[in-house]
Amino acid sequence: MQFFPFVVVVWILAVGLYGIVTSRHLVHLIVCLIVVQSSTYVLLLGVGYKTGAVAPYFFDVPNHTPAVDPVVQALALTDVVVEAAVTALLLAIAIQAHKRFGTLDPQELVELKG
Amino acid sequence: MTPAGRRWIFVAAIAGLAAFYLWGLVGLPGFGNYPGPYGDIINRVAVAQTNATAAVSAVNFEYRGFDTVGEEFILFVAATGVAVVLRHMRDERERATGGEHGDEADEGRRVPATSGAIRMVALIMTGPTVVMGWWLVSHAQTDPSGGFQGGVVLATAFILIYLAGQFLAFERVSPVDVTDAVEAVGAGGFAAVGITAVAMGLPYLTNFLGLGTTPGAVSSSGTIALISFFVGLAVGAAFILIVSEMLDQALLLRQGSQ
Repeated sequence: MQFFPFVVVVWILAVGLYGIVTSRHLVHLIVCLIVVQSSTYVLLLGVGYKTGAVAPYFFDVPNHTPAVDPVVQALALTDVVVEAAVTALLLAIAIQAHKRFGTLDPQELVELKG
Repeated sequence: MTPAGRRWIFVAAIAGLAAFYLWGLVGLPGFGNYPGPYGDIINRVAVAQTNATAAVSAVNFEYRGFDTVGEEFILFVAATGVAVVLRHMRDERERATGGEHGDEADEGRRVPATSGAIRMVALIMTGPTVVMGWWLVSHAQTDPSGGFQGGVVLATAFILIYLAGQFLAFERVSPVDVTDAVEAVGAGGFAAVGITAVAMGLPYLTNFLGLGTTPGAVSSSGTIALISFFVGLAVGAAFILIVSEMLDQALLLRQGSQ
């Protein structure tokens, strides 16, 4: 089971991509994109994990306690927030697409373009 | 391409990806054996160098502060983008209320009145949410918190006001002009902290403030706390802006359907 978290990563990635490929609704497609991105969080936190180590906060533990990698945690942390804002931008574009074309089905949108 | 054909191409591609990925995993150190020296070094030196007991915040606002400037501006641009994309068709409000044709998908949709229970819970939660948001924004240097998390929690408080009252109350406590200004101050403040260091003859984003004496004190860690404060402003304002733009759209569609 030494690699199990990394197998979970590729599973989340595959499920999200499958949703994007077969999506019939833009909002569903955007949610699938979030799922794809979630796989990177599992990957980052999985890479930085150290067996038996504490969280990288030294407020109430001695300074040299073995701790997990803080760098990947910082990356995941900022990305969660930035992703939420970018998702809002995508949803705004979906609203405008619906106003202009009257549909949210990406496959119909492709046909509209010709 | 037919949906079935698309699916088969996907299955073939993902099977290939999974095969290479699993093959690659065999040659990597397994889960729990963190290999890199980078995180270990930061864990060892962060408290001594910055007086911040939160190594994650030290990475975000100090060691990789330059990356975080970029991340924060992605957020800034995304929030601005929402405003631009949704403002694009402002003129449609008059047309929609003129009763010519609303949005067909919303025809006949009735908007239920907010229930007393929701108003009550939202009102009770607003105060504690503000306190918690500020606590998170101001404790980046000591605990698992910081401007990013705190900003989102602060924005939640304003959304609770919307739930407890009405859109008008929401606009009164967070007028778009003020929200825009706060977001600009937050995003600009981060960059300004970096430029101040340059003006003092130091490299960009150098921690030029006093580090305090006690690691883990709120007043410690110099610019880490300051940058976290600006990030909190920028993130909170960005999410309030996004939500108010979305609510504007909801009202627009709602008026169109009546």
